[in-house]
Amino acid sequence: MSHVIEMLNIRKEFPGIVANDDITLQVREGEIHAILGENGAGKSTLMSILFGLYHADRGVIKVRGKEVHIHNPNDANDLGIGMVHQHFQLVQNFTVTENIILGKEGGFFLDRKSASRRIAALSAQYGLNIDPDMVIEDISVGMQQRVEILKMLYRDANILIFDEPTAVLTPQEIVDLIQIMRNLVKEGKSIILITHKLAEIKEVADRCTIIRRGKLIGVVDVDDTSVATMASMMVGRPVSFKVEKKPAQRGRDILEVRDLNVLNNKRLLGVKGFSLTVKAGEIVGIAGVDGNGQSELIEAITGLRPIESGSVIVDGNDITHADVRRRNEVGVGHIPEDRQKRGLVMSSSLADNVAVKEYYRPPFSKRGILDAAYLGDYAQEVIDRFDVRSGEGIYSLAGKLSGGNQQKLIVGREISGASELLIAVQPTRGLDVGAIEYIHSQLVAHRDKGYAVLLVSFELDEIFNLSDRIAVMFGGELVDIVKTEETNEDEVGLMMAGIARKEGRR
Amino acid sequence: MKKKSRRATSSNAFLVAVSAVFLGLIGGAVLMALIGSNPFTGFYYLFRGGLMNIERVGNTLATATTLMLVGLSVAFAFKTGLFNIGASGQMLIGGLCATLVAHKVFLPRPLFLVVLIASALIGGALWGVIPGFLKARFNVHEVVATIMMNWIAYWSIYYFVPAYLKGPSLETESASIAVSQSLRAPWLTKLFNGSYINYGFFIAIAAVIIIRFILDKTTLGFGLKAVGSNRFCAEYAGIKVNRNVIISMMIAGSLAGLAGLSFYTGYSRNMQIGVLPAQGFDGIAVALLGASNPLGVLFSSLFFGVLQSGKGFMNAMTSVPPEIADSIIAVIIYFTATSVLFQRFWDRVTRYRRSRHPEQSEEE
Repeated sequence: MSHVIEMLNIRKEFPGIVANDDITLQVREGEIHAILGENGAGKSTLMSILFGLYHADRGVIKVRGKEVHIHNPNDANDLGIGMVHQHFQLVQNFTVTENIILGKEGGFFLDRKSASRRIAALSAQYGLNIDPDMVIEDISVGMQQRVEILKMLYRDANILIFDEPTAVLTPQEIVDLIQIMRNLVKEGKSIILITHKLAEIKEVADRCTIIRRGKLIGVVDVDDTSVATMASMMVGRPVSFKVEKKPAQRGRDILEVRDLNVLNNKRLLGVKGFSLTVKAGEIVGIAGVDGNGQSELIEAITGLRPIESGSVIVDGNDITHADVRRRNEVGVGHIPEDRQKRGLVMSSSLADNVAVKEYYRPPFSKRGILDAAYLGDYAQEVIDRFDVRSGEGIYSLAGKLSGGNQQKLIVGREISGASELLIAVQPTRGLDVGAIEYIHSQLVAHRDKGYAVLLVSFELDEIFNLSDRIAVMFGGELVDIVKTEETNEDEVGLMMAGIARKEGRR
Repeated sequence: MKKKSRRATSSNAFLVAVSAVFLGLIGGAVLMALIGSNPFTGFYYLFRGGLMNIERVGNTLATATTLMLVGLSVAFAFKTGLFNIGASGQMLIGGLCATLVAHKVFLPRPLFLVVLIASALIGGALWGVIPGFLKARFNVHEVVATIMMNWIAYWSIYYFVPAYLKGPSLETESASIAVSQSLRAPWLTKLFNGSYINYGFFIAIAAVIIIRFILDKTTLGFGLKAVGSNRFCAEYAGIKVNRNVIISMMIAGSLAGLAGLSFYTGYSRNMQIGVLPAQGFDGIAVALLGASNPLGVLFSSLFFGVLQSGKGFMNAMTSVPPEIADSIIAVIIYFTATSVLFQRFWDRVTRYRRSRHPEQSEEE
């Protein structure tokens, strides 16, 4: 069996970190080869080297047995290597065709028509179901991803790299994507799949290369290997998928939301007459399909969006119209949905990021002067306790951390702040099993200390694993709120589609 | 060990600036050679012009004073993510307020100096805070607002100077300020053999120290930098973005106001109408070369001060036109603006050195 891609003994160093330490990857013709590893394990670096974005310090790359030097993505394209990035690289107001031919326009005159015809043909051949004349901003995320796939096919790529392709997709879109990947392989393409979702690997991949902390751990045949084995190889210890937790010890009301009405960005009511109570010592999960008012609700509670009517009370304090800082002081902690946009200052040190909410008050500062020593010690404590890995400790820039470590930093900051009410929005999005397990256990620990936790997640697994009660949102309204042990995924799934529970079962 | 890694990154910023200066000088040398002059004699007289005797050094420092304060103004606004292109107008208004005080207020010298400095500070702050407010309240871009404020200041001077401060002979400039009512100090003038150096230099040095302190050590600076680096995160963390924008523009404006003070009541002792001071824009170059760092601004303003004050002498002694000095500044700015390239180069050098000497590496 011949190898289409061989990366032999690759080493790549960044200041303070060996991202790839003697890693070898061999991909066979026509297989789906998964690369499994925690965030920061070095998967993306390895693929960036293959795609010509980085250069290896040592090691050899062979394509179809021939040694090659890939200096930039164009070289990679010429060798038939294409990559679907986690963040799509599409021009929003261009059509599908225009996006695909961008950079490959051909001669002086733009021949949209024949390009469009070829794209339609490719789309049909691989079952991608894309209309070449649609404008990108009008199509769904799943379709945008298929446009990225088409882009590679249009450039005659036969080795396709998928970087965390399911991170942005809905469950149905994931099913479609897996089918598409099977079609691609059937047509003779080879696929490298970067992911940390074990279930997907199990479902679609043939073989799997596992790396941990920059080192190669092993290559396994997926069919002969259990999910648990792969997980423990990835993390370096046995992993539990079930969150261990004791029954909730409910205390007083911490969060009371009453008849809340909030406008969304289109100036329409995004949250309608929403009421909810979260008690000390419990986790309430908000389930719902993305875009049903969860973001607006959370922004209203955290002070980032004005409230039209209704009230928000935290621990007896009416904060309906309070500013964000007052809410922080009352005890609202917030793990934001978009950690890079909201959660961190990428160009600042970890120390500054840990202090970003509390820098203005003792003991972080006195009379307007920062206490650098305290700041440093406190940040060091958070980093140690929450196992945030970085090249240069508290002086590392937040932007240089991997996604998982960025999230651990935010979780650490919010939990260390001893928030009475911790709001966690998609706290484990895009993270690997080890980090997910860790963050889940921290959220449960926070609950067990007698604090209230409000969780928003689009992953039903996560909602069921963590929540003591589940509130389902649809169209900005509360469909129902149920105890986790008295419901199941099917029932909640129906409620997420707006179908209320049958009467009389309450 | 951890301190060291922090220093490593800032020393690269320093290397970037030095590389840009070096390439700027080479660019200037090429230009001189192209017009048939000897670059070595050109540079010799350029630097001699700025530094050959104590008087010239004093003039260089006086030139650098204005640049330093404007550079600080631009750098400070940069830190909050704002582009203060209105330093010229802020200088004019700061200078106008100071000139009015110099002509109309008579107090014991120490008290007078305090009033004089305060007037320029307030005038500049006012000219900065208006665009800051417009930005915060109505989201008017500060570049547009500050440019318009420049012209409002320009035409205000056109009116105010002939109307209230007219000199005995010339219609186009204000009456000269008595030395005792200016920032000049006889002991300083004597020490530097009759040069233009004045108290403004000490004000500028103090400003560098204070601004550095504000940015690095205070909660105010922490908030301002957070807003400048990621306003969404600042908002999320409970930092009032709009208030910080206004404060930042106010402080930037007051620094430029002080630059006007040093220029109009120290370096020169009158104000001309119909001139938008070029220093207001040169300050952008100073801030850029100084990587928006107060100490960087200090050094880059001194360097530009040498070029500015030496170019006349170079022109007198050789056939090299003074515009060559400006071209050198332009080339330096060009290379500073493309500093990413140098950054990469020096990062690579650092990394190479580290891999050669693993015992010095900072891995855990």
